[in-house]
Amino acid sequence: MRNAWIICRKELGSYFVSPVAYILLTMFGLIFGFFFWNALGIFVIEGMEMQMRGQSFPMNLNEQIIRPLLSNVSVIGLFFIPMITMRLFAEEKRTGTIELLVTSPVRDLEIIVGKWLAAMILYSCMLLFTALNFAFLFKYGNPDWKPLAVGYLGLLLQAGALLAIGTFISTLTKNQIIAGAVTFGVCLLLWVLGWVSGYETATWARVLAYMSVITHFESFGRGVLDSKDAVFYLTVIFLGLFFTARSMESLRWRS
Amino acid sequence: MIRVQELTKRYARTIAVDQISFEVAKGQIVGFLGPNGAGKTTTMRMLTCFLPPSAGTATVAGFDVLEQPLEVKKRIGYLPETPPIYPEMETSEYLKFVGKLKGLSGAELQKRVDYVTERCAVADVKNKLLGKLSKGYRQRVGLAQAIVHNPDVLILDEPTAGLDPKQINETRDLIKSLAGDHTIILSTHILPEVEQTCEQVIIINKGKLVATDSVRNLQARARGAESVLVEVAGRNGNLESAKVQQRLEQVSGVGRVHCRQQVDSRAVFEVESQKGRLVRGDVARAVVESGWDLNELRPAAMSLEEVFLQLTGTETPAGDKATEKGDKK
Repeated sequence: MRNAWIICRKELGSYFVSPVAYILLTMFGLIFGFFFWNALGIFVIEGMEMQMRGQSFPMNLNEQIIRPLLSNVSVIGLFFIPMITMRLFAEEKRTGTIELLVTSPVRDLEIIVGKWLAAMILYSCMLLFTALNFAFLFKYGNPDWKPLAVGYLGLLLQAGALLAIGTFISTLTKNQIIAGAVTFGVCLLLWVLGWVSGYETATWARVLAYMSVITHFESFGRGVLDSKDAVFYLTVIFLGLFFTARSMESLRWRS
Repeated sequence: MIRVQELTKRYARTIAVDQISFEVAKGQIVGFLGPNGAGKTTTMRMLTCFLPPSAGTATVAGFDVLEQPLEVKKRIGYLPETPPIYPEMETSEYLKFVGKLKGLSGAELQKRVDYVTERCAVADVKNKLLGKLSKGYRQRVGLAQAIVHNPDVLILDEPTAGLDPKQINETRDLIKSLAGDHTIILSTHILPEVEQTCEQVIIINKGKLVATDSVRNLQARARGAESVLVEVAGRNGNLESAKVQQRLEQVSGVGRVHCRQQVDSRAVFEVESQKGRLVRGDVARAVVESGWDLNELRPAAMSLEEVFLQLTGTETPAGDKATEKGDKK
């Protein structure tokens, strides 16, 4: 796996040498910061109202701030993931550098894992911004850290799954825009698939709802580590990378 | 070093490479010659394990490209038609990255990177972004990455395409200096390039092997014995070509004399020697001693261009260079 790490370092280099990483981090930081500010504002108002009415309903940072915010992150992530993955293979195919990688003594899988890992690391950097915000809650409040940790694990697993799908889509085209647009569409679809369960209970609807990446995040968001959901994400990661490998192979037969 | 047997590549409707067989010995420079679209790049891609062959086998240093691609890739340095560079990387960073990919590490990596930087004359752009380099430098960086792991076999796809004449000469010299340590296959559609750099030529056309031989043999192939072109001029404005021909025929060792053209008092004769005789000195003396001027005397070996045209039966291959450039964009 030494080779995967070499590829990963190279990918991180091109994310962080170009403005790509900084722009993504800044935009994500801004958007999440706004969500955080909003959630906190509502929390404070609610707290004051309750005091005025003389009620002593327990206020809970985990339930009222962390949980909804983590769900927000999982949705915001859907919008950023295509921008992370679209260049991974599409760019190499367009500039011809893919020939260098493929003719080097490196296995396809090592190339794929290296690239996917770099995307994961960039996404983790984005999550660090959210952790900065949450750190304030720990300074001024007393939230439970365990559900938060489980939530982050869920976010990473979900991102891993979507990034694997994005990596696969990036191998299909030379055009970054196409790769990005298709990935974005797929990400959105995988989000809204869960909605059918609201009005339909037939088997097909349950299957569709099961495929939704967001529904599997709910338990993580609550701070519950459900192995069923973890397995779902791991399966999608595996399938995504597996299809990427097949696609790279077919690339050679077709090209 | 390289053995190719009935290598074939089929695409959906076309056959790009059709049952090509050839062998390349260690340390040789081989020119892979053919018009555009002849299947040069496809063949090279199969040798570098980028494309799997549809049929036939190719082995590099004893390893089959289909069965042991990793072993083959370790021993091959490949420069594709467009150098595979990352515009956002610096030259030295890039060479280090490629070195690591090819399995180098530590002090060995640094040593090789320094060596190829020096060898390919890219030291002065060591810390520049590759995206900002000129075409000539990019090509040299491409060559540097191909040899960074000291491979046994170098495969260069049109290494001089798009360079200016000075850069072309520098690149050719560099490639020539690499032979010996490395076995080199270079593809080109420029004939003089093969004549200047290569020992051996493989000519393909429309996916089929047309000829494979040494440059000298190919030239000699169409012509048996030595033949020279002699241009003779009369001193006082007139020249009887029949007389000159007669005189030339009398020179010992000369087989056949044929008057190619005559303009006013100048005439060009093609003099063919008998097998194994060198006649140039005697021909020159005969002309001068008979009171004529000797304007020119040169060997009439066929240029590769003529050989090529004769073998492939196509239009001048250098002529469609411009259109090819347009197609690729």
